[in-house]
Parts: sequence; structure tokens; C-alpha cells
Amino acid sequence: MRIALFVTCLADTMFPAVAKATVQLLERLGHEVVFPVEQTCCGQMHINTGYQKDALPLVRRHIKTFEPYDVVVAPSGSCVGSVRHQHAMVAAGEPGLAARARSVADRTYELSELLVDVLGVEDVGAYYPHRVTYHPTCHSLRVLRVGDKPVRLLRQVRGLDLVELPAAEQCCGFGGTFAVKNADTSTAMLADKMRHVLDTGADVCTAGDASCLMHIGGGLSRLRTGVRTVHLAEILASTEASS
Amino acid sequence: MTFLGMPARAPRGVGHLRGDEPFPVAARKALANPQLRRNLHHATTTIRDKSGRVVAELPDWQELRSAGSALKAYTMAHLPELLEQLEERVTAAGGIVHWAADANEANEIVTGLVRDTGEQRVIKVKSMATQEIGLNEALAAAGISPVETDLAELIVQLGDDKPSHILVPAIHRNRAEIREIFLRAMPGVDPGLTDDPPALAGAARRYLRETFLTTRVAVSGANFGIAETGTLAVVESEGNGRMCLTLPDTLITVMGIEKVVPAWPDLEVFLQLLPRASTGERMNPYTSMWTGVTPGDGPQNFHLVLLDNGRTAVLADEVGRQALHCIRCSACLNVCPVYERTGGHAYGSVYPGPIGAVLSPQLTGVADNASLPYASSLCGACFDACPVKIDIPSILVHLRNQAPHPRTEAAVMRAAAATMARPKLYARAQRAAKAARIAGRRGRGLPPPLNGWTASRDLPEPPQQTFRDWWRGR
Repeated sequence: MRIALFVTCLADTMFPAVAKATVQLLERLGHEVVFPVEQTCCGQMHINTGYQKDALPLVRRHIKTFEPYDVVVAPSGSCVGSVRHQHAMVAAGEPGLAARARSVADRTYELSELLVDVLGVEDVGAYYPHRVTYHPTCHSLRVLRVGDKPVRLLRQVRGLDLVELPAAEQCCGFGGTFAVKNADTSTAMLADKMRHVLDTGADVCTAGDASCLMHIGGGLSRLRTGVRTVHLAEILASTEASS
Repeated sequence: MTFLGMPARAPRGVGHLRGDEPFPVAARKALANPQLRRNLHHATTTIRDKSGRVVAELPDWQELRSAGSALKAYTMAHLPELLEQLEERVTAAGGIVHWAADANEANEIVTGLVRDTGEQRVIKVKSMATQEIGLNEALAAAGISPVETDLAELIVQLGDDKPSHILVPAIHRNRAEIREIFLRAMPGVDPGLTDDPPALAGAARRYLRETFLTTRVAVSGANFGIAETGTLAVVESEGNGRMCLTLPDTLITVMGIEKVVPAWPDLEVFLQLLPRASTGERMNPYTSMWTGVTPGDGPQNFHLVLLDNGRTAVLADEVGRQALHCIRCSACLNVCPVYERTGGHAYGSVYPGPIGAVLSPQLTGVADNASLPYASSLCGACFDACPVKIDIPSILVHLRNQAPHPRTEAAVMRAAAATMARPKLYARAQRAAKAARIAGRRGRGLPPPLNGWTASRDLPEPPQQTFRDWWRGR
């Protein structure tokens, strides 16, 4: 299958390893990955911070960039959530754009959705010999409803010891600009999330969103816990040969 | 109505819809209170577990939610006709209906009605509408003492405090604190009172029973007003509301105009949704319903005050009007990770938590509560928990778009959007992002306002190469 990578601006700029892993994983499974270089940012940060007017050109660009492709994938629940639930709303002011936004949204998948629902695969042939706990990010859980798809993928990874995260469904406190505008409350939420991660005794905390992981990982690193955050794509891309 | 015919917002200087400080400032103080954090964590965890269990029992919970949502949407679309029908039926049943455009008018009407009875004290049923308009303060200014009879509301009143939860207004207090409040402020309290919950409840019962039997005017809110029959309904757990609604000679009910429902059978839906979502009970303990005046039984004078106070303005907003569907169950508060940590006072309004963050700014105008739409990580737990399916996250985003933005932030956001709209500029900016190393060793100490990030979190090391550079090179 020919799959267009919607890399997300965060992975492109700050976490290229997540995007590379997504490419390597899909190619290993025998698919062709294309990267439309005209893409920049989906506009989620602008929309969620109250700047819909400024987000419109970004939404327009996103639609135009991904319209030619049948299947689009992003290693992010929240960016796919924005494409699926916000783009048509932002595009509403421009004749015809909302319908095009909905059409792109219908073909855009978060990584675990693409693997399990579209490609029909749970065992991706990965090897990752670590104790791992999975944090279901809010937008993958409650906006996209990915359910246990990421966990099903992780269960098939050889060598991986999956431990359940207590109070997993509670928000980690990232919330985009919330983390800065309400830094104290965000940190209080993070403190509890980190406590639960540490309680599992895991070496690695994984999730489907680099943004939430940047927040959780930033806290775990500041406290020198020794626990790392690793994106789901990176775990699924790992093999015996690469480790 | 204003001079242009646009509906007015809730006026300033009266009532409790506006806080003294922005949410982040108030939240910072609340977060530093370990007692508050412990009480909130314990109470919200207990209620949401209990509610989750009884909600899971109903196979048709999702259908019930949809029915509740549809009934509310129908009601909002027919509000003027339904309110006129309610007025007609209440009047026909011997009640008197008053229309209050805002908090000031409602307070004047109620104060005038109490004054006409010649009484100096009123007993109150727990009511959000009267808290919203600051009725207790208005009555006190007129020399009339209001006595709150809901146990938690009484704790708040005796403690000279503010409610911090819609359903459990004293959720921020534990039993030791309640004992101290009672010893300090409850008339005739036993000085040997312990902090044993039954002993505390017993002390309140003694004080309240005496007050019920000697007070001739009551003030209540209303959970539902049935247009078809003119019946009012109050839903509570203690029976103290029932005392207020049946014992006095005069009953004055203040009801927000959005509380009207079309017909009697509609309660079938709401009386299943409300107790399970709010207290986690299968059936509500005390449901009182009355229609006007019944000669020889109950209050012989009944007044209904229909309150707007910004609601019509909310109704005018296509996205925001869903907030008027709220049945005040508090499920969104109990599942909210922000509320669980900051408590209700940080929101500055009698309506805290996720529903407060969308309701208060709309009642007052967003500019008067500009920080509230941002008091959420948009995690979506509230939307899932809401028994009438109010899409709170979408309303939050909608209100953020209306909120006044800080000038620097607006400039940065505009510049970021302009950069991201051009791939070449974007790629150049990405390379410049490596200059995030100005943050210093291990990414500490970004300049304000980004120091909010680095105060508690390290920044990731900027990578040697962006993804698109890697892609081009492979």
C-alpha cells in the first residue's frame, strides 16, 4: 500500500527518530511510504489556543497537501484528532473547503489504527527487551477511540514485558499551551502521572503522542528517575538486528 | 435586553460568577494546600467510582444520554413558548410568576416578597441559582437572615466560606474542620462535640429541626419546571429540602429559565440520568414535586421567579448554548483532572470545574472570565461523563477563540502561523530551533512565559537533523 506520512511538526523538528521509526516500520511491513514535503503543521496548537483565523491557512495547506493520497498516517493521536474533529470546523468559512477537509480526515489514521484496522496486523515482528508501561493519551483514547489497539500491538512485541499503568486514563497534564498557561496545575497532574509510572517499575513509558511524551519525559528526566519515554512507533520499529 | 435588543450578560457587582483573580493565580494557591488536595482526591475518587459502577449497570445508558440531550435541545429551541406555558399553568394552580432579567431584579423581587410577609428569617433549600445571584447577601443587606439547610451548604455558610462543588459544596472540608466550624458558629452547639460523622450530622439536625419549625418563609431553586403541568421539582438527598418545601407558609422558588422541561414524562429520562451521574445512586432519595398551591396542604403562598441573568445571551451562541443543557449533576467535576487538583474556588464562580469553565464566561461575557476557557487540558473526560452529552471540550475551544488574547502571545502565534504557512520559512525556522540551546545545559531556564515549561520539565535535546533533512538525504 502507498501511504503518505503526515509527520507532524513536532516529530519533524524535535523527534525525528519517531518519524524515521514510522517509515522503517511501514517499509518493513512491505508498504511504500511517501513524504509530501509541502506539509508543515496541522494548526492544532493555534485552534486549541483560540487562534482559528490564524489556523485557516495551515488547515488549507494541510488539505491541499494530503488530498492526492488514499491513505495518510501520523504517529500522533492528537494531530489526527485535530484533522478529524477540528479541520472541517475551521474550514467552514471557505466555500467547499469543509467538505474537502472531511474527505482528507476520512483517509487519515493514527499509527495504531492504520496497523490494526487498515493493514490488519498486530504482530509487526518487533523485538524490544524492556519493561514497558503504556500511557493512553487523551486524544487517542477519547477523541479517536483507539481503545486497546496500541496494547494489542505491544503484546506481540518479543522480549517486551508490558506492565499496566495505574490510573492510566487520567490526563498527564500536557494539554498543549495548557502546560505553559497553567504550568502549576499541569505540573501537579504530571507529578501524579510520574508517580504511577514509577510505581510500575518500568524502564520505559510509551504512548502514541510525542507531545505528551515530551512532557512526561521532561519531568522524569528532571527528577533523574532513569525512566525513559519512547514513542510506540520506535518500539514497533525495533528488531533483533537493530537492538 | 440592551438598547439594541441584544440579550444582556449577567451584571457586574452582584452575585458570584466572577473571581477576584485569574485561574492560574488562584490555582497556584490551591495546589499548595495539602489538606485540600487530599480531601479533593479522596472525595472525587469515591464519587466517580460509585457513579461509574451504577452507570455501568444500565444497558441503555448511551440511549438515555441521547434522549436527555435531545430533550434539552428541543427545550432550548422552544424556550419562549415553554416558559409562557409554565407561567400560565403555575398561575392557574394558584402560584404567582415573576420574571427577573438579571441578578439585581431577582434579588429585589425575592427581598420584596419576604419583606411583605413581615418575617426576618428564611430557610433555604440548596440552590445554585440563588448562589449565582448572591441572594443571601441581598437578603442580609435587607435585614433578613437566610439559613442554609443543606448540610454541606450550612457548613459553608457557618464557615463564612464559599461553595467549591456544585453537589458537595463543602468538599474541600474534612470532619475536623467541620467540627471546628460548628463549635465556632452553630447556635446552641454542644461544646463536647466530636468529629464523628454521626455526631456532626446530629448537631446539624438539632439546630435545623428547630429552625424548620420556627420559620415561615422558604426559598428554593428548582431542578425542573414542567411546562405542561406547572409542576416544580427539587431533587435532594437529605430530606431537609422537603422540610423547607412543605412546612412554611410561603415558598419562593428561583429557577433559571433553562430548567423548564416540556412535559411530565420527560422526567423519566432525567430522573434516571441525574442520580446515577451525580451521587452514584440508582434512585434519588428525596424528590419533591408541587404544583401551585394546594389548600390546607403545604405553603399557601407560592412564588416562582424565572431568572435570565445572561442565559438568553448564551442561547444566542450556536456552539455555546449546549452549556444550558446542564442538569447540575457534577459528573464533569468529579472526573476532571484539573478540578481534582485545584478544587472549585480557583474557578472564582459558583459554577466550577469543566461546566463552570464554559458556563461562567458565557453568562458574564468571555472578557470577564477570560482565563476560564483555558483552565482545561482538553482531555475530554468531562464529555464522556456528561449525562446529557454536552461537548465541553469543543465549547472550551470555541470560547478560547472569542477570548481576549495577550498581545505578545497573539503576535507570536501570528508569526508562527505565517512561518508554518510557507515550507521554506518553516524549514529555516526548524534549523533555528536548535538555538533552543539558549535554554542552557539540559534545556533549563527558557525565558517567560515559556519558563512555565522549564520550571518542572527538561527540554529534549534538539536533534542533529530534522526528519525532512534526513528524508531528503536518504
